[in-house]
Amino acid sequence: MNIAKKTRQTIYGITLFFITLSGFAQMPIFKRYYIADIPGLGWLAKFYVTHMMHYIAAIVLIAFVVYVLFDFMFHRSGMNRITGTGYFKIIILAGLIVSGALMVIKNLPTVYFSHTAVIVLDLAHLGFCMVLLCVSIYSLIRKKTWVS
Amino acid sequence: MTSKISRRAFLKGSITAAGSVAATTSIARAAKSMTREKKEPLATLLDISKCIGCEECVYACREANADKYPEPKKPFPKMYPGRVPVQDWSEKRDVTDRLTPYNWLFIQHASATVNGEAIDLTIPRRCMHCDNPPCVKLCPWGSAKQEDNGLSRIDPDLCLGGSKCKKACPWSIPERQTGVGLYLDLLPPFAGNGVMYKCDRCYNRLEKGEVPACIEACPEDVQTIGPRSEILKKAHALAKEMNGYIYGETENGGTNTIYVSPVPFEQLNKSIEIGKGKPHLNKVKNMMADGTNLAKAMIVAPIAGLAAAFGKFYMSSKEDK
Repeated sequence: MNIAKKTRQTIYGITLFFITLSGFAQMPIFKRYYIADIPGLGWLAKFYVTHMMHYIAAIVLIAFVVYVLFDFMFHRSGMNRITGTGYFKIIILAGLIVSGALMVIKNLPTVYFSHTAVIVLDLAHLGFCMVLLCVSIYSLIRKKTWVS
Repeated sequence: MTSKISRRAFLKGSITAAGSVAATTSIARAAKSMTREKKEPLATLLDISKCIGCEECVYACREANADKYPEPKKPFPKMYPGRVPVQDWSEKRDVTDRLTPYNWLFIQHASATVNGEAIDLTIPRRCMHCDNPPCVKLCPWGSAKQEDNGLSRIDPDLCLGGSKCKKACPWSIPERQTGVGLYLDLLPPFAGNGVMYKCDRCYNRLEKGEVPACIEACPEDVQTIGPRSEILKKAHALAKEMNGYIYGETENGGTNTIYVSPVPFEQLNKSIEIGKGKPHLNKVKNMMADGTNLAKAMIVAPIAGLAAAFGKFYMSSKEDK
């Protein structure tokens, strides 16, 4: 495995870990289930901290996804190299980024989304996250790659 | 590999770039379609110098909102782990000296000295209805909502009682009642703990063109409601007239509850009883400001990614030559 590929995988893995952790921390569960009591994990119960963490991880993820996308377009042989699992993960990532971006807009001052839109966005974002986690674990176990 | 970069590959990249711009535009368009027509929020002005602490507003609030109060099912489901607190106010519905799920407005007492004269002041306290309410924006389920008239409220049919809104609120306003709400139909031992309650500024009365019950009932006309810009003008005029002070205009980035007092709020804050269900009168920084700043930085993220990819492409093309 070349260094560039390993670096990409490491950045993606770390970003995915922190964005998922800080995302789940948006729900009040880490304090209830003693996880925030583990030394070094107290921040998981601080909602403003996890909110910042989630935004920062999202910034890294968006920049990384755009970089990989264009790098692939400029340097690789074509879209036909992307595997079925790869396409599926791209769609889910796109869903996560779009629903997340809309939620960031919703959180800006003087922005009023309809109540239904907010609920749909919350559930869609959580749904995309759960599907991406499942597919990522499946890909790890079955050694499914993004490109052939 | 890079020596094979063709005009085709470059064009493909450019088309994708155009696609990304189109996607960004689509997100903005989608966001616009989900937002409602922006109206000026309504704000309330509370002239503390007029309040006599008669509690007419407190009882009017209780009467007007009685049908919204929780009727919990007992016994409460056993919750795990053991640290999850049962919060039951259903046997203490008469409490009026603090905020509870059955008392969304209470009177706070303060003593102060004005022009060398000792005076007692009474302050009606309830939800501040922030401009950018953290309770609404950070609710993980969309249970809390903000209306375009500036009020924020919690939907009792959706709230799971996780109390995140209370922790996110700079004044810790929402109060929890266990044994009621959606969580009972899901996994009551393991998730949720009831419903959070707070002042909803009588949204149903406002929808009918009526003013909130606390405003209507006040015999001293302590409160006034109106468009925020007008209320702020009145507040500043009143503060100038009484040589007084304003609270709520800038707190947490701005709220729709504006207090005017003849005594500095720092002084009042030292005098009032502060604790559970009894909010402070401290200065409050804009709790959502960091998130707003990071949201702006987020716009740079795709540009940075694109620039990095172009940079790499440019460098490798140069090396190949």
